[in-house]
Amino acid sequence: MHTSPPATVEGVAHENPALLHHFATEEQQKNAANLGMWVFLATEIMFFGGMFFAYLVYRYWYFGDFGAGSQSMNVTLGGTNTAVLICSSLTVALAVRAAQLGKQKMIVVCLILTMLLGLVFLGIKGVEYHDKFVEHHVPGPSFYFPGHVPGHVNIPINQQHAQIFFSLYFIMTGLHALHMIIGVGLFAFITLHAMRGRYHPNYYTPVETAGLYWHFVDIIWIYLFPLLYLIDRSQ
Amino acid sequence: MATAVIETGERETYLNKEYGIKSWLLTVDHKRIALLYLMGITFFFFIGGFFALLIRLELLTPAGDLVQADTYNKLFTMHGQIMVFFFLIPAVPAVLGNFLIPIMIGAKDLAFPRINLLSWYLYMIAGVMMLYTIINGGVDTGWTFYTPLSTEFLNTHVISAGLSIFVAGFSSILTGLNFVVTTHRMRAPGMTWSRLPLFVWAHYATSIIQLLGTPVLAITLVLVVAERLFHLGIFNPALGGDPLLFQHLFWFYSHPAVYIMILPGMGIVSEIVCCFSRKRVFGYQAMALALLGIAVVGFLVWAHHMFVAGISLYAALIFSILSYFVAVPSAIKVFNWTSTMYKGSISYQTPMLYAFGFIGLFTMGGLTGLFLASLGIDVHVTDTYFVVAHFHYIMVGGMVMAYLGGMHFWWPKISGKLYPEAWGRLAALLVFVGFNLTFFPQFVLGYMGMPRRYWDYSHSPEYQILNVLSTAGATVLAVGYLLPMVYFLWSMRYGKPAPDNPWNAAGLEWKIPSPPSTYNFEEQPVVTWEAYNYDELDKRAEEVPVAH
Repeated sequence: MHTSPPATVEGVAHENPALLHHFATEEQQKNAANLGMWVFLATEIMFFGGMFFAYLVYRYWYFGDFGAGSQSMNVTLGGTNTAVLICSSLTVALAVRAAQLGKQKMIVVCLILTMLLGLVFLGIKGVEYHDKFVEHHVPGPSFYFPGHVPGHVNIPINQQHAQIFFSLYFIMTGLHALHMIIGVGLFAFITLHAMRGRYHPNYYTPVETAGLYWHFVDIIWIYLFPLLYLIDRSQ
Repeated sequence: MATAVIETGERETYLNKEYGIKSWLLTVDHKRIALLYLMGITFFFFIGGFFALLIRLELLTPAGDLVQADTYNKLFTMHGQIMVFFFLIPAVPAVLGNFLIPIMIGAKDLAFPRINLLSWYLYMIAGVMMLYTIINGGVDTGWTFYTPLSTEFLNTHVISAGLSIFVAGFSSILTGLNFVVTTHRMRAPGMTWSRLPLFVWAHYATSIIQLLGTPVLAITLVLVVAERLFHLGIFNPALGGDPLLFQHLFWFYSHPAVYIMILPGMGIVSEIVCCFSRKRVFGYQAMALALLGIAVVGFLVWAHHMFVAGISLYAALIFSILSYFVAVPSAIKVFNWTSTMYKGSISYQTPMLYAFGFIGLFTMGGLTGLFLASLGIDVHVTDTYFVVAHFHYIMVGGMVMAYLGGMHFWWPKISGKLYPEAWGRLAALLVFVGFNLTFFPQFVLGYMGMPRRYWDYSHSPEYQILNVLSTAGATVLAVGYLLPMVYFLWSMRYGKPAPDNPWNAAGLEWKIPSPPSTYNFEEQPVVTWEAYNYDELDKRAEEVPVAH
């Protein structure tokens, strides 16, 4: 379907240097890459799914302690981070659009904005981790989480059960942050290529597949945020 | 080097196109990567086999006299982890699947050749981490890493072993991803889904399990390692955690993992049975659907490993019934292979001998699985040698038989040389006899009550005679495994050159030269025939006699 760009040096079949030898057409290569990323994201769902399953079990068992742990989270920072991530999803989508339209500068600008927003998210996450550390909410020998179960003044918080909440908090958000770091790394690589003008309306697969990955990481956060921050905010 | 090739008049193949270590370690050719995998996998097979022989030697006498109890625990743990994660799971997909899937569907390579190479490197890194674990003193949790034993009570190398398997899992996921995308996107014109060889269907079903199951094992191992490192309590009952949660997550992968091991074997057997019966497979669609059926139902039966672990009786009943359901697609496979042979003109070459072995031993392994799926009998034989015998019938009697059958079937294509047929048949016979001698007595031992994982059975010396038989069998089996390695290596140098299609078999891989050239096909093949068109093939052979 694609229109051929101006003839290359040899003027032979391989017009697009990005077309790998084992693919017959550019379309086939693009479809393969996209399907590959979707399949990979399916494995990611199962990876995070194991943690969500553990969360589900313990939330059911240790209902009150999980509520108390959730109340200790900083909703302002968490909410800001949610907004930051949603904005970064928008900038990724704009980068893909810019690539489709062949706007070289726009691709680079959007990708750099995305990376900045990602780094802002990670920075805020770091502040939150720091706060938790200062408050002795990090699981381990110095863990200390006094108080009572929300709505039950006479039921003190079970320290072990609260530790499980915070263990899951750190592992889930930690692995999410690791995925963000990998995403920023991917975009740094792609931005370098974009600056060299490697992407054009006939070939922008890396922008698109990395974008898919980034959207997925955002969606994970969209589930983490309510489960960890918002489950007991009725009072 | 190129000139040398021309001077000797040799055809350029994927083997002689380039020479030197770099041309192998940086290759993105799926056939070369398959051979790289073959070396790694063979190495770990013999390491795991060595541990198995030490286990059998220890059990030769009732007293625990050859090794100490702790060493014995490490031996069966390392045997299990190496065989499961470094041999059984990668072997057929990463070697034969890697080599054959692109050729069978008429493609030049897998969809992601560099990811394919990456998966080999991850496998080797994982292997080095496992060797590090062994050299440092090993791990003794049992291959299952049960908590809190693995996180609280043992001071062996759980972390390096766990991370090693995490990395191996990553490698396995990437292989599965490559196969799924390749099967969807790289098929030649005319190679419709209903014309795919069952070998490809089997790998497709396997890949789905690898993709959806392995990440769950990965996160479970991450949690175990985190629990050990930071003293968390997620799986530790003393700290408010739940060990059953660990078992649920672990078996959610590790039960379907059994199907990762056996489904590719079923694919191999389908190819071999059709070829050596000169018939189209009986019930092609049912065979393909049964593979997918096993993959799907396999995800719903994991808790049958936990019947005595304290799950509720009602949960156990449901998992028991669901486990019986696996028998339906499995039986379809066995009956259809048998029906394929019915009135076929069967010949008894080495691959077919292995296929016969597979069908019989898999059936026995499968039927004893039904014993274990029924709650009453399971309580009696849980953690006895009955279980050990059962899963070795599936994994060794099934998967390893199929793997060896496949290696013999496609060796002429892979190496371009013929292996010595008489030695092949002898080895197949040794493997079959040795296997049954090793593991059949274990069914009896288990039913009599001998527990697995015991190092000393001097309280009941009546078990000795069966253990002696088993150890004798293991020795025969070891010879049976060494022989093919020796004559395969021998054939690479001294074997007769293989014709393009030594078995007169159907399938695209037999229409190209042996060994293939780097890009497999000179021009894009167009498929106009159904899979296993042996009728047409033999009719044509009668008209135009082929010189052998």
